[in-house]
Amino acid sequence: MRPSNALNYDYTVAKYFMFATILFGIIGMAIGVIIAFQMAYPDLNYLAGEYGTFGRLRPLHTSGVIFGFMLSGIFATWYYIGQRVLKVSMNESPFLMFIGKFHFYLYMIVMVLAVISLFAGVSTSKEYAELEWPLDIGVVLVWVLWGVSIFGLIGIRREKTLYISLWYYIATFLGVAMLYLFNNMSVPTKLISGYGDWWHSVSMYAGTNDALVQWWYGHNAVAFVFTVAIIAQIYYFLPKESGQPVFSYKLSLFAFWGLMFVYLWAGGHHLLYSTVPDWMQTMGSVFSVVLILPSWGSAINMLLTMKGEWVQIRENPLIKFMILASTFYMFSTLEGPILSIKSVNALAHFTDWIPGHVHDGTLGWVGFMTMAALYHMTPRVMKREIYSKSLMEVQFWIQTTGIVLYFASMWIAGITQGMMWRATDQFGNLAYSFIDTVTVLIPYYWIRAIGGLLYLVGFFIFTYNIYKSMSAKELTKEPFSASPAGVRG
Amino acid sequence: MFSWLEKNPFFFAVAVFIVIAYAGIIEILPDFANRARPLEGIKPPTVLELAGKHIYMKDSCNACHTQMIRPFKSETDRYGMYSLSGEYAYDRPHLWGSKRTGPDLKRVGNYRTTDWHENHMLEPASVVPGSLMPAYKHMFKNNADIETAYGEALTTKKVFNVPYDMEGMPKLGTWEETQAIVKEQAQMIVDEMKNQEVKDAFARGEIREIVAIIAYLNSLK
Repeated sequence: MRPSNALNYDYTVAKYFMFATILFGIIGMAIGVIIAFQMAYPDLNYLAGEYGTFGRLRPLHTSGVIFGFMLSGIFATWYYIGQRVLKVSMNESPFLMFIGKFHFYLYMIVMVLAVISLFAGVSTSKEYAELEWPLDIGVVLVWVLWGVSIFGLIGIRREKTLYISLWYYIATFLGVAMLYLFNNMSVPTKLISGYGDWWHSVSMYAGTNDALVQWWYGHNAVAFVFTVAIIAQIYYFLPKESGQPVFSYKLSLFAFWGLMFVYLWAGGHHLLYSTVPDWMQTMGSVFSVVLILPSWGSAINMLLTMKGEWVQIRENPLIKFMILASTFYMFSTLEGPILSIKSVNALAHFTDWIPGHVHDGTLGWVGFMTMAALYHMTPRVMKREIYSKSLMEVQFWIQTTGIVLYFASMWIAGITQGMMWRATDQFGNLAYSFIDTVTVLIPYYWIRAIGGLLYLVGFFIFTYNIYKSMSAKELTKEPFSASPAGVRG
Repeated sequence: MFSWLEKNPFFFAVAVFIVIAYAGIIEILPDFANRARPLEGIKPPTVLELAGKHIYMKDSCNACHTQMIRPFKSETDRYGMYSLSGEYAYDRPHLWGSKRTGPDLKRVGNYRTTDWHENHMLEPASVVPGSLMPAYKHMFKNNADIETAYGEALTTKKVFNVPYDMEGMPKLGTWEETQAIVKEQAQMIVDEMKNQEVKDAFARGEIREIVAIIAYLNSLK
């Protein structure tokens, strides 16, 4: 059943998830900005009673951006890229179309319930896995539907060889499935005892074991949501947008299998100097350093894809977004291993350097790549050109400034904090009381909050640009480039 | 070999899964039996303390406070003896945390009192000038969920053999017995508090969240 002319790809589900990406991006980042300002100015905690305190909002921020914004972006790009690299349209299979829509609606229901339950304080307290067991089951169903969609589409493919991006989507699917299932194992207490709230549960693991499983999950959810799935996107969008082939197939092979092999070992670096056995801490530390190789492998492959074509950076803001994303990926995957070295970790662990590290990765790498993906997809999904190239430029520089303010302030804050905690006077007594190490950080918290606010402003500009693009005049043929007309092809 | 894998999605997926799964098997499994052993003298939490722990989790206290003292002089000077694995044997889930915006609380029961916690939750800056912590005034209004805590304690006793009701361990008993035990422990805390509303509520048979969370914080030693 080879079609006689070009395939008519069906982007209905991709479009839904693009809307979800923008919606959760705004919600998740806005809450992030609020809690950043709360740390600089604690009175902001009382705007909404118990529902507005830092403690309640923090899990909402992390879940909102990770599972709302980033995951929606991953789903949106899958429903776009999947069809194109497999040379098959979703409208050829009513079953897969149904699964795709079901996937979206169930996902939205679970997300809405998640927001409500986290506001209410229903939380297992495990970082990035706060949802209680009934919602965990919902998450698993959403994931299964995505799996059916991935392997279903692969099942009816016309292109026999799986493109690099697909390797990464498959790995995201399998990795997150495994991690999520094991970390969220818990016993619903009402079912066993007959007492209390029906949604309450108790973890299957206790103490040190619970922490091990939690950080095996916590670190590797970063791997398979923030890293693997985003590499899937850049391997498709950068060559498409620039018209350049991927620099090296061999390097992409090395980077992929290297990443799969090494990443899972690195979770132990969250537990340095804790009560987990020494050999595990050392493994976590060593493998984190080894992780530079596959990470930089991907990033260098991306940067070299632009070899001889660097002029495009000046002409096409989208290329700029993607190159900055790759650069921040390199930056963040160098910073991570440095933080995993035991002596550095002794200073930096528990300090603000850690949120700083997380955010240069997520804002710079994940955020920029997700927005670049949406900018590339919008003209093709909506059949309209992007509204304004200069707005993209403005957004780029505002957000880049925001990221720099964010990580620079958090570096200084983290190192200051770590040094003050360990400082002693000439008699060997602690030089500072704990509160001294807190109040000294207030200026940096202001800088961080302003940096976060700039990023959010940039995201609003992005939203406006996409909105204006969607409401523009429809094109009759596929757009020549994702970027505004007049850009080289 | 790789080009063959890239044409066979099933085997490709199997290969990926094997490559990512075994690190967990090697790193996590060997430790499970070993690290589950409680340290001598460590007891599971009473029902009131467990209800307090649930409030701690509900308001994500662990987002800003750790419960993991690292083996450095600066930390043992500040917080007390460094943490040992066996101390966490009944900690489901663990609350080690990953960020210290506030100090570590692993042994806070050794150096803070009921009275101090009460003032701190009501108005943090009144006891620690310059504190960034939000006030948790709603803990003085909401009732603690004792029944869910009882349900959890009973579940851990049945499923994980947590030694409630053993000699020298906290008593669980039936729901009626538990309510009496909880009331007794809560009475001691309420007596040390000054908030009249909490005292009046307790006289009516209601246990406010603040009472439970103070019981939990006092138990961290």
